[in-house]
Amino acid sequence: MSVLRSIFLRREAGIFVMIVLFCLAVGLYKPQFLTLNSLRIILLLVPLILIGAMGQMLVLVARHVDLSIGSILGFSAMLTGMMFKFYPDIWWPLGFVVAIGTGALLGLLNGVFVTLFRLPAIIVTLGTLNLYRGLTFIVSDAKQIDRQFIPAALKAMSQTSPVFGIPWIIFMSLGIAALTYVFVMHTHVGRQIYALGSNPVAAPLRGINVTRVTLLVFSISGALAGLAGIMYASRWGFVNPSNTGNGFEFQVIAAVVIGGVSINGGSGSVLGTVLGVLLLGCVAAALPLLGIPGTTQNAIYGAVILAALLIDRSVRQQGLKILTAKVPS
Amino acid sequence: MTGGAKPTARDAAPARPGWKLALYRPETMTFVLLVLSMFGASALSPYFLDLGYILNSFALSAEFAMVALVLTMVIISGEIDLSPASNMALSACLFAWAQSSGVPMPLAILIGLSAGLLMGAINGIMVITLQLPSIIVTIGTLTLYRGLAQVIAGDKSIRVPEWFIGINSWIVLGMPFTVLLFLILSLLLGLVLGTTVFGRQIYLIGTNEIAAQHAGIRTKRIKMSLFLAIGLASSIAGLLTASRLGSVRYDLGLGGELQMVLMAMLGGTYIFGGRGTILGTFLAAWLLVVASTGMTVANLLPAVQLTVLGILLIVSIIATNFIYSRTQR
Amino acid sequence: MTEPLISARRISKSFAAVEVLRDVDLDLMPGEIHALLGENGAGKSTFAKILAGVHRPSHGSLSMNGRPVDVTSPITAQKLGITLIHQEPISFPDLSVAENLVLGRHEGGWLGRVPWAQMVRDARAIMKVLDVRIDVTRPMRGLSIADQQMVEIARALASDSRLIIMDEPTAPLTPKEAETLFTIARRLRDEGRTVIFISHRLEEVRALCNRVTIFRDGIKVITDTIDALSEPDIIRHMIGRPLKEYIHKQGSVIGEVALQVDRLTLPGVFHDISFTVRKGEIVGLGGLVGAGRTDVAQALFGVAPATSGTISVNGQAVKITEPSEAIGLGLAFVPEDRAVAGIFRSLSVEQNISAAVPGKIASMGVIRRGVEKALTATSIANLSIRLASSRQPIGELSGGNQQKAILARWLLTDPQILILDEPTRGIDIGVKAEFYDMIGALAVKGCAILLISSELPELLALCDRVLVMSEGRLTADLARGQATQETIMRAAVPRSGVAA
Repeated sequence: MSVLRSIFLRREAGIFVMIVLFCLAVGLYKPQFLTLNSLRIILLLVPLILIGAMGQMLVLVARHVDLSIGSILGFSAMLTGMMFKFYPDIWWPLGFVVAIGTGALLGLLNGVFVTLFRLPAIIVTLGTLNLYRGLTFIVSDAKQIDRQFIPAALKAMSQTSPVFGIPWIIFMSLGIAALTYVFVMHTHVGRQIYALGSNPVAAPLRGINVTRVTLLVFSISGALAGLAGIMYASRWGFVNPSNTGNGFEFQVIAAVVIGGVSINGGSGSVLGTVLGVLLLGCVAAALPLLGIPGTTQNAIYGAVILAALLIDRSVRQQGLKILTAKVPS
Repeated sequence: MTGGAKPTARDAAPARPGWKLALYRPETMTFVLLVLSMFGASALSPYFLDLGYILNSFALSAEFAMVALVLTMVIISGEIDLSPASNMALSACLFAWAQSSGVPMPLAILIGLSAGLLMGAINGIMVITLQLPSIIVTIGTLTLYRGLAQVIAGDKSIRVPEWFIGINSWIVLGMPFTVLLFLILSLLLGLVLGTTVFGRQIYLIGTNEIAAQHAGIRTKRIKMSLFLAIGLASSIAGLLTASRLGSVRYDLGLGGELQMVLMAMLGGTYIFGGRGTILGTFLAAWLLVVASTGMTVANLLPAVQLTVLGILLIVSIIATNFIYSRTQR
Repeated sequence: MTEPLISARRISKSFAAVEVLRDVDLDLMPGEIHALLGENGAGKSTFAKILAGVHRPSHGSLSMNGRPVDVTSPITAQKLGITLIHQEPISFPDLSVAENLVLGRHEGGWLGRVPWAQMVRDARAIMKVLDVRIDVTRPMRGLSIADQQMVEIARALASDSRLIIMDEPTAPLTPKEAETLFTIARRLRDEGRTVIFISHRLEEVRALCNRVTIFRDGIKVITDTIDALSEPDIIRHMIGRPLKEYIHKQGSVIGEVALQVDRLTLPGVFHDISFTVRKGEIVGLGGLVGAGRTDVAQALFGVAPATSGTISVNGQAVKITEPSEAIGLGLAFVPEDRAVAGIFRSLSVEQNISAAVPGKIASMGVIRRGVEKALTATSIANLSIRLASSRQPIGELSGGNQQKAILARWLLTDPQILILDEPTRGIDIGVKAEFYDMIGALAVKGCAILLISSELPELLALCDRVLVMSEGRLTADLARGQATQETIMRAAVPRSGVAA
């Protein structure tokens, strides 16, 4: 058992313990927090974030960051919503194809700027964050897609399913997490993402096509944001050009860094990310119960990002200390 | 490693003639673009030939432009700050909240300004003392500061006293007061960056921080002072904005980080540090105002303008990187 | 006569119009360990990198087993069975050792499955063959350089490489680790593989290699068996002219103690370091790479301060926690890695030279361009720095002239104590001689000099006294008469190596 691996495991166990402690603490104060109903609330809060977090995790592991996912979500949702509005008779699952495809294209565009022009991802995606949001306004003519245009079948996905009445979107997001796990742990390209983030200079010397891998992670991140877009339409039943997806990137980044994905690239696990998302979901679900107004949410996300940065730093230093102590003289 | 690849046969590459260097400066590009946009805009509307009109339009962006000047110095030193717009909002909210709850005006202003300084210090401590990457830290504080502003102000707007309103409409020396302030600040910071030891050391740090440290430059102290400076400048900008708008909401200056980064980038500041000038950012600020006012005159939607800004940001970094890669082998 | 594994014919390589290799012909036989020798910049590393696909030759051709091959990339090289082991091994710290072994060799498509169980099994088997005990499931992060090299060698075996190129592999190793490496290299040779061994250490080359090829100024001078070449022959071929004895400085008066270091300690890095340097004295600091010499220098200069022990300058105990304080006390430090800690690549030569003396070029915090220009022009003339313009970026200068500019920067601070860390690494022989003259002249002027160097002739020729460090401790303090290559090396070798 290696020292570092045990630290990482400890990290995941640590998040799990934090979730349990948090829920117990809230539950002591407000017992109704520990009911099935609030579990349902939590689970309904997290699918979008979970799906976005899987993409963001890949981007961070590859030593980049994607700030534009909120706008990609908004644009994909808007395009899909408009398709439903103007072609009401269309076979509704086609919306998934449109949303995911649109997201993947926008993500690919981010990747192109980052790889071909060697620009820092953070600035590129800050630019496209605004660019894609602007495009959303342009295509929609600044008009909201109202409830009556979203197909009932799509909305039903967020309501129920044949399995204990647990809504489909929860299964879908868990499915995406499982797929991501298989992708990063058991495919060659998945491991290449970790190799690239771990040592970007050496990666091409080992035959890793840096351009291809980078384009791929940004496309996946975009595609998943697109999927989150149509799920937004399903969950909330409308698409608004300014609100839909606004601030999504911060929720997702907060969840991912709290899940132990290093912003220095190369490390991060699906399990940790899932737990990070769950912790964030618990916090979000507890706030109204505790009488804390919803307006504090953004402050909490910001604080969580900073706290996760500090934890990441101390974990790294601790790891180094243990390792250097072990080096024989 | 042996230096087999180094061209030791030659002592130095030949120097380039001065005019060629001047032509390759990114500020030249900014200036040419500014002139072109003036021509373009005056073709759209004869108002553009009226200096007063341009000055009044500039007053709408002067607060961002002032912060962008300081941001230029931060970026040259090799760091970045994405939180100033949120800092503006939180400082202004604190100020407005304090004075509306009966704190005397001078004290309320002091509260606003020291809050800005404190926010700069928090960024500085995270980046310099704790050695965390500024790009992620300030994304965290971007979320946190605005979130706190939302906690304080909620969704309401807080009025400021009548006499405090409209600092931008004072005309001093034939121009709005805030524009004059921007001119003075440009001149001051231009001199500091261009002619003083402090300015020189900012370039040295941004070019090679380790070498700067070895050369006896107090890199931490200088970087900290830059973070404090941008914190203070942001809070001043926040109060000026409050005065111009007449009331404060948590979304004051929302998205301003894009415009500020854009001004610095368009002015030829190198995103990886070590290069850039106040003159460049100064020109870019005017360019941006002329372009966006031109778009307004041409009846383009604000959303389209957002799109254009996003595109401009990416294009300007590509152009700057290209110019720098041409001038350095 | 067996057929050569690899034949290089008329290999030439230019970088930006500078020719670094010209018309090199070389045959590498299966089952030999072939040494490449030459001064820095002679072209041996470039040649190795061409074989490994890192660089592509400007002219010339390669053939393998008689068939022409085109090594377009490191991947092609790997497929052909050529592995280059870098001095600083390539590793992916977040991936496991087993993954590092197989990375880049997978078969099947992108989305092909990673065969974890088989991968770990194979990796263990290879480690067993090499007789190395490394847990293959642990991440690479935290492995020693020696272990990382072993992983690279294991990689070469795993891909059944026919040609294994080791570029100065022993520089970061302890003698014991180096011996393990030699054992493995011999075994690879006995299996019929070819090993190229690049080293500066002639004794290693003699102990290990069958044949030697010597490069000078981008040209292959000679290829012969090691037994046919005597040491003076080798040196003559490498340098191309008789080895000129370095002239020890003359007329220097050794004065009072300028720098006194007492029991300086930074736990885990160096311990109980005590020594003195007098005015006008050149004190050498020798030892192997990683012995802690640079760390001591950085502690003295306040880059990474020691946790205990005292430093006295001119008899006064001082506290140095930042380079700026060290400079104020009259210390100057020319760091080892010029690119990382020395130059400001994109800034002008002028700005580089004036970087440490803001007080001399400015009044009331405002820089006087005229003063700066005059001051740096004098430095440029004094040190005969060759450049096109003092306003051109320093990155456009050659390595030797960059190093001169760094020295010029420090001379402007009027140092009383000058610490030089490998000052002549990677610069031309001609410029080296100039450096030796300058160092001597400074001592004559009364400057106390601490010279860290891995080149024994340099230490022996220049220094009044040679200190030797090994594993973070001072192991010898040799006066000029006592210091020989042998006494220095004996003190430099870690005790763990002696015991073995």
